[in-house]
Amino acid sequence: MHIDNFATGDSLLHRLDPRVKIVVAVLFSVVVAVADRYSCLATAVCLSLTLLFLARLSLREVFLRLLVVNAFIVFLWLFLPFTYGGEKLFSIGPLDATREGVIYALLITVKSNTIVLALIALLATSPVVTLGHALSHLYVPEKLIHLLFFTVRYLQVLHLEYDRLRDAMRIRAFKPGTNMHTYRSFAYLIGMLLIKSFDRADRIRKAMLCRGFHGKYYLLSHFELQRVDVIMLVIMMLLVSGMASLQWIILK
Amino acid sequence: MDNSEVIISLKGLSFTYHDNKSHRPVLNDLNLQISRGERVGLIGANGSGKTTLFHLLMGLLRQTAGTIEVFGEERRKEKDFREVREKIGLLFQDSDDQLFCPTVAEDVAFGPLNLGNSQEEALAITREVLKRLGLEGFEDRLTYKLSGGEKRLISLATVLAMKPEVLILDEPTTGLDEDTVERLTEILRGSDLTYLIASHNRDFLSKTTDIIYRLGRGKLTSPVS
Repeated sequence: MHIDNFATGDSLLHRLDPRVKIVVAVLFSVVVAVADRYSCLATAVCLSLTLLFLARLSLREVFLRLLVVNAFIVFLWLFLPFTYGGEKLFSIGPLDATREGVIYALLITVKSNTIVLALIALLATSPVVTLGHALSHLYVPEKLIHLLFFTVRYLQVLHLEYDRLRDAMRIRAFKPGTNMHTYRSFAYLIGMLLIKSFDRADRIRKAMLCRGFHGKYYLLSHFELQRVDVIMLVIMMLLVSGMASLQWIILK
Repeated sequence: MDNSEVIISLKGLSFTYHDNKSHRPVLNDLNLQISRGERVGLIGANGSGKTTLFHLLMGLLRQTAGTIEVFGEERRKEKDFREVREKIGLLFQDSDDQLFCPTVAEDVAFGPLNLGNSQEEALAITREVLKRLGLEGFEDRLTYKLSGGEKRLISLATVLAMKPEVLILDEPTTGLDEDTVERLTEILRGSDLTYLIASHNRDFLSKTTDIIYRLGRGKLTSPVS
């Protein structure tokens, strides 16, 4: 399980109040997602690289995570240059790639990597549980936070259940292949997981009822804003607004 | 028994599981009385209905026939069972069902908060219960990273934190190593609670209970010696 891989550490970003990090991460992502001016995006790239540097994470691990993101982006490169209308750049057989298509694919690649890097540096440096608590102090609806907590808590349990079922298949000499037997067995595996999680949800509800649950869920932890949190919040907000002004004000 | 106030009384209790096609009677005209201070053990084959009996008692399932009287009142509706759940604590077979909060402190405090305690009170209770079970320092541990034995003991803490008058333990020793079973035995022997334990572990039952019933064919049969 990869949850909380980056959460242990002692860098400035690890110690920063999670509420500050969430606010900055959200604003940063929105601006980057909407922006299309190179000056703004270039600043964003510099900013997220600086954040990554401040978080002092293992660059190898970060690179591995980026690979996952870019695996999806490869598909965009397969289609976008050839389907977007515009000036012809080069052609492969009967397919014409357009200049606009290539630029568009490039923009998406830069934007998603920039956002993911910033999110890793800002959000992955706090344990998921802490982020949940921070969200609740930022007035995110209770139900969504409960969903987050239950997901975190039972992802592990379901993952173990999946491993157990997989092992049970393996010790009876199951070798996946391209055949009906494999498809059917995997369908059983997924079906079994669904049923088991349904049953588990029912048992958890019962256990909660037994402890007097009647719809209200209480949180225990609280955060205190330190001076360094306020300073960092101001600096980062200034940088993000500077970035936004490059997009919308200057060069108009 | 010097103090013979009956706190749980089951009369003619029957329960049948209705699947699509089949009817599977699990409990059939079962009778049981438990007095304050009694420590009762329950043995029975897998699927004999021990868990079903507990879930009926907590109002998680509804009986097909018979009456359930707890603390001198008959309990029928969901509302009647709310009070039952505040005074009877049930330890589930699988601790992963019981521990659902991210951290240990939040999980232990969950019950007390539901009972209307303030945050400070709930935290104080949490610390006190964890200390009593020899689990100091577990407050900020993540529940999904605990070992099997730790999970069971923390689950017990979550139940004890509600200060129940009766404790029901559903196969508490399953999957535990000898040391943890030993610890559990000590905790139970040291408490003055009324309790009911279902287990396959005869040795554990004989150490922790005064009387052991056998559940079979939907009925309880006379004490096993």
